[in-house]
Amino acid sequence: MDCAVIAREIKRDDLLQMYYYLRLTRALEDRITALYRQGRIVGGVYTSHGMEAIAVGYASALERDDIIAPFHRDMGAFLIRGFTPGEVLAQYLGKKTGPTKGKDGNVHMGDLKRGVFGFVSHLADNLPVAAGAALAFKIRGESRVVFAGTGDGGSSRGDFHEAMNFAAVRKLPVVFFCNNNQYAYSTPLRLQMAVANVVDRAQAYGMPGEIVDGNDLAAVYVAAKQAIARARAGEGPTFLEFKTMRMHGHSEHDPAKYVPRELLEEWKMKDPILKAEKLLQSLGYGGERYFQEVVDRVKREVEAGVEFAQQSPLPEGPDVLLGVFADSADSH
Amino acid sequence: MTTTTQAAGEVSYLEAISQALDEEMARDERVFLMGEDIGAYGGAFKITEGFLEKYGEWRVLDTPLCESGFVGAAIGAAMMGLRPVVEMQFADFISCAFDQITEVAAKNHYRWGAAVPMVIRAPFGGGVHGGPFHSECPEGWFFHSPGLKLVAPSTPYDAKGLLKAAIRDPNPVIYFEHKFLYRRIKSSLPEEDYVVPLGKADIKRTGNDISVITYGAMVHLALEAAQTLAHEGIDLEVVDLRTLIPLDKETIYSSVSKTSKAIVLHEDNKTGGVGAEISALLAEDCFDCLDGPIVRIAPPDTPVPFSTPLEEFFLPKTSDIVAAARRLGAY
Ligand SMILES: Cc1ncc(C[n+]2csc(CCOP(=O)(O)OP(=O)(O)O)c2C)c(N)n1
Repeated sequence: MDCAVIAREIKRDDLLQMYYYLRLTRALEDRITALYRQGRIVGGVYTSHGMEAIAVGYASALERDDIIAPFHRDMGAFLIRGFTPGEVLAQYLGKKTGPTKGKDGNVHMGDLKRGVFGFVSHLADNLPVAAGAALAFKIRGESRVVFAGTGDGGSSRGDFHEAMNFAAVRKLPVVFFCNNNQYAYSTPLRLQMAVANVVDRAQAYGMPGEIVDGNDLAAVYVAAKQAIARARAGEGPTFLEFKTMRMHGHSEHDPAKYVPRELLEEWKMKDPILKAEKLLQSLGYGGERYFQEVVDRVKREVEAGVEFAQQSPLPEGPDVLLGVFADSADSH
Repeated sequence: MTTTTQAAGEVSYLEAISQALDEEMARDERVFLMGEDIGAYGGAFKITEGFLEKYGEWRVLDTPLCESGFVGAAIGAAMMGLRPVVEMQFADFISCAFDQITEVAAKNHYRWGAAVPMVIRAPFGGGVHGGPFHSECPEGWFFHSPGLKLVAPSTPYDAKGLLKAAIRDPNPVIYFEHKFLYRRIKSSLPEEDYVVPLGKADIKRTGNDISVITYGAMVHLALEAAQTLAHEGIDLEVVDLRTLIPLDKETIYSSVSKTSKAIVLHEDNKTGGVGAEISALLAEDCFDCLDGPIVRIAPPDTPVPFSTPLEEFFLPKTSDIVAAARRLGAY
C-alpha cells in the first residue's frame, strides 16, 4: 500500500511525535557513538542507526499499560517509555543514575514501572518471558498486550520457537516481531536460515504473520496497531517481520567489512528519517524549517543528558553486594 | 533406608507437597501451576491429581514440551504479579531450562530491580532405577548461580512448610523434592497453616561426637547410621540443611564447634558439589575447632547408572557413614 495512504489513518500529532522520537533516537545514539570513539563509554555500543522507525513505530502503537520486551536495537522504545537521554547516557557511562545503577551496561536496562523488560544478552530469552507476561494478562482477563522482539539471528534460538509455539497454543495476547536487518553480527541471512523470510518460521506455529517495511514509520505503526488490536481482541499472537538493514557494524567496534558497500548505499536511500520527512511533507504536516527545529530541540536534550550523565556519580564498589535477592515483590 | 510405618492421620512426603500446593492455591489466587501433564493426568507422580477439576485450566496449565519456554513464561508471569509454580517432570530436564533460570530469573532483580517470585519444583534423586536421565541431583549447577534460592526437604513436615515458604518468597526458588521419599516417608502434620522458613537448618538428631551435615534423602541414611553407631558409643549429630541457599552457616558452625568433627554427605556427585563448599567453609572458618579431617561422602563422578548393582554401588550407603564415623571417631 502507498505509504501516504496508510499514513492518513494516523493522527497528525501522533506522526509528528513519532518523528520527534526518530530524531531523538538518532541524535542520542550518534552522540553515544561519538563518546565511544573518544573512549568515554564503558563497554560496547549497539545502535539502531537506520532502523529507528521500528521501535518508534511499534512503541507508539502500544498503550501505556502494555509491556515491551525490546530487542537490543530498540532505543526508541526506551525513550517513548520515558527513559530520558540522561538516564540512558548514565547507563552507558556505568553511572549510579542509570536504570541499572551500574550493574549492567548499554541497552541492558529495563523498568517494570515503565513496562519495559530488561534486555537479556542471551538472544531470544525474553520471548518466553514475554509470553509469560501475556499469560498473566490472559489469566487475569486484562486487555493488556506484550510486544516482544528479536533479530534474524535470535530467531534461530530454541527459545524463540518455544515462545511462539506456547503463545500460539494458548492464544496469548503477544505480538512477536523480528528486526530482519540481514546480518547477525557477520552472519548473513543465507547462513542463518534456509527459508527466505523469517515470517515463514511463524507459519509452523499456526501464527499469522506479515512482512513490513521496517524503514517506513507509518507502515510499522499501522502493522503494529493491527497486530495489537488482534491480540487485545483475544485472537492470539501475530508475527511481524520488519525488513531493514543494519547501517553500522554489529557494535561500534565492528567496521562491518563483510557487508557489501553497494548494499549500504542502496539502504542509505531508504533511511527511515528521510522517508518520514518525505511523508510529513507530502501530508502537509511539516517542512524543512520544522524538521530543523526538531533537530535543534533533540540536540539540546541530548546535550543536557550528556551533562547529567557526566555529573552523575559512579556507584560505590560495595554496591556490588546489593540487590541479589528481593525483599518483596509487592511493587509489582 | 528406613521406612516409617504409617499411623492414622499420617501424610506422605508426596501428599505433603500436594497439600502445600493446594493450600497455597486456595489462599492466594495469584498462585498457579504450569508443567507437562500436570492437568488431567495429575503429573508424572500424581502430585497435582484433582487440581485441574478444582482450579480450572488457567490455574493448572498443561504446557507443550518446552522447559525453557515455560520457565521463561513463569518468569514473565511472576514479574506481572502472578505466583507461578512450575513442575519439572524430572529434575534432570531442568538442564533444558538452565539458561532461563540462571540468566533471566536469577539476574533480573540484581540487574534492574525486577523481582521474580516463582517456584520450580524439581523431583530429583536416585534409588528408583531411573538411570542417567531420571535420577540426577542437579542442585550443584544452581548452587553456583547467585540470585536463586535452593530448597531440599527431607520430611513431610519440612516438605510442606518449605514449599509454602518458597511460594511466598519474592525470589526464584528451586525446590528439589526427592522422588525416593515420595511414598516412603510419612508423618503427621499440624492442622494449622505453617511455614518452615528458608535458610534455617534443622538438627534432626542431637549428638556430641560427630556432625553429619546433609540434606534430602541422605538425612535418613545419616539417622540410620546414627542408630547403629549409638550402640558403639559414637554419638552422631545430624544437621539437615533443608535449604542450600540461603545456607545456614550458623547452625553448621555451632554444631561442628560442639562436636569438633564433621562428615559432609550428599547424593550429588562429589566434585564441585555442595559438600565441597561446606568443607571449604569449615576449613576456612572452623579450623580451630576441628579435631579431625573433614570427611566427604558422595557418589563418584559418574552419571547415575541404571542397573541395581551399579546404582547401589553409586549411591552412598549407611555402611559408608558408619565406616567413616568409626574412622573419624578414632582419630
Ligand atoms: C544466545 C546468544 N548467542 C550469541 C550471542 C552473541 N551475539 C550478540 S548479537 C549477535 C548477533 C545478533 O544478530 P541478530 O539477532 O540478527 O540481531 P542484530 O544484532 O543483527 O540486529 C550475536 C551472535 C548472544 N548475544 N546470544
